[in-house]
Amino acid sequence: MSFGYLRNNWSRVLDLTIEHIELSALALLVGLLVAIPLTILIVSNTGLRLPLLMGLSAIYTIPSLAFLAFLIPSLGLGRDPAVVVLAAYAQLALVRNFSAGLRGVDAQILEAADGVGMTKTQSFLRVRLPLALPVLIAGLRIATVSTISLATVTAWINAGGLGSLLFDGIARDNPSMILAGTVAIAALALTADLLFRGMEYLTPGARVQRIGRGRTA
Amino acid sequence: MPLSDHLPNSGRHGSRIEFDRVSRVYSGADHAAVSDVILTIEPGRFVVLLGPSGCGKTTLLKMVNRLIEPTSGTIRIDGEDIRQMNAATLRRRIGYVIQQTGLFPHMRIEENIAVVPRLLGWPKESISQRVDELLDLIGLPHAYRRRYPAQLSGGEQQRVGLARALAVDPSMMLMDEPFGALDAITRLRLQDELLAIHRQLGQTILFVTHDIDEAIRLADEIVVLRAGQVIQHGSPLDIVTAPADDFVRDLVGGGEALRRLSLIDAGSALNRNGNVRNEGLPAVTSDANLRTVLNLLLQTGTQKVTVTDENGAPVGTLGIPDIWSAGLERGTES
Ligand SMILES: Nc1ncnc2c1ncn2[C@@H]1O[C@H](COP(=O)(O)OP(=O)(O)O)[C@@H](O)[C@H]1O
Ligand SMILES: [Mg+2]
Repeated sequence: MSFGYLRNNWSRVLDLTIEHIELSALALLVGLLVAIPLTILIVSNTGLRLPLLMGLSAIYTIPSLAFLAFLIPSLGLGRDPAVVVLAAYAQLALVRNFSAGLRGVDAQILEAADGVGMTKTQSFLRVRLPLALPVLIAGLRIATVSTISLATVTAWINAGGLGSLLFDGIARDNPSMILAGTVAIAALALTADLLFRGMEYLTPGARVQRIGRGRTA
Repeated sequence: MPLSDHLPNSGRHGSRIEFDRVSRVYSGADHAAVSDVILTIEPGRFVVLLGPSGCGKTTLLKMVNRLIEPTSGTIRIDGEDIRQMNAATLRRRIGYVIQQTGLFPHMRIEENIAVVPRLLGWPKESISQRVDELLDLIGLPHAYRRRYPAQLSGGEQQRVGLARALAVDPSMMLMDEPFGALDAITRLRLQDELLAIHRQLGQTILFVTHDIDEAIRLADEIVVLRAGQVIQHGSPLDIVTAPADDFVRDLVGGGEALRRLSLIDAGSALNRNGNVRNEGLPAVTSDANLRTVLNLLLQTGTQKVTVTDENGAPVGTLGIPDIWSAGLERGTES
């Protein structure tokens, strides 16, 4: 194995990386559009929380290749079915963390928000959301990292991205190509992880926790 | 716009709060948490709701700012049925202080204090000026503005909670065991400061506690609750000297005689005859209570103290026999 492929084809690797980012970002965006209403639903109707999370866990257990194959008759090949699958897999991490974050805000503080005369919207935007933010961002981080790595598999149905290097490398018996793909995916996932950890660190909620542990603001 | 324009209650009296056959039954409970309460709180009074844990104090209090709705009955503020008001608007008019401060941990002290003025849309400069005023009022340095609640001690946090509740100079305050989690010394100091603030601003205060000593120190009137019902409503002296039944007697408990002394001031027990100029005696002002005086006598080992007016001019002396007879007289009065 060598880094020969990466050295000689760095501009292709870069293009595929951008494609990979686009695919992951699109999948996460669609995932969020579904996860946010689901979260609101189960935070206001706590009885639905367990059944919904169990349902999302069930989706998560479907093998990815089977899930993709299953969608080919209806959605064909390419990016669309890949986005659907990735967005569906992301639901568990997003909804579980979002609902845990929002439910984790101290009930007494929420009552104080009512008590000073905040409306429901004000209480949500000024108190609940900022206090839950570290956990919400953690959910987004976990979903992003797993989407980036899962978006490798979707190259199998011509969705593009860095997975192409792996599949092509296997087909052509080119270990250097496989290595290039692996390194790029790992670098991408790691970068995303660090980015979100930085955001988490900067939230007011996380700052409060640091103060609570005796460090300065 | 001058700050005073935002403080419509300035120079006015507190609100009247009326409970008209108010009950609250929680779903699934076999008896009412608050049962058929009829009670009028006159404007500007400091009224303490007293009773053991679980007797319905918090429930009664929270019905005033509609955090809990009555199952039946009506609550009126200055004659107006509170169900007719928007709940958020109502709550912005009522200062609310709870035990664990309820401060917003992610907001700086200045943001916490300014919450209600912000909700009411005050301009920035007025808010900033008001935050300074309030920090002065509750005795915290302006340097605390930029701190977070977690960087303050429990007592300081409770002061901030008080400042937040006072921010728009409300005509009434609801306080639910606000000093319950503080050490004894801090609690005493905050009680004194609350009394001073009440004297200065004259708002109506409804204050919940299960601590009889706190009730006696603070209250103009005490309302004793048991199992959701009002058992007795009267002045602290009434409650201590003429408990309505054994329940109140037990609540008032052991140190009854000493508590009675703490309700009588030196001026009214004064021995005015004789030699006022008595050098070398410890001095107290005439508004000191007899319990304090007794303490002083025991500590200094003297027979008498000199009582002075607020300017320090002696008006009489006070010895153990005076204290004793004053306690006896008041005790048999009713
Ligand atoms: N949200 C609630 N649901 C059901 N029962 C409650 C609720 N809140 C209080 N209670 C019950 O109502 C009674 C009065 O409670 P509370 O008003 O909190 O009393 P206090 O403040 O005097 O301790 C208690 O028996 C308590 O268990
Ligand atoms: Mg209570």
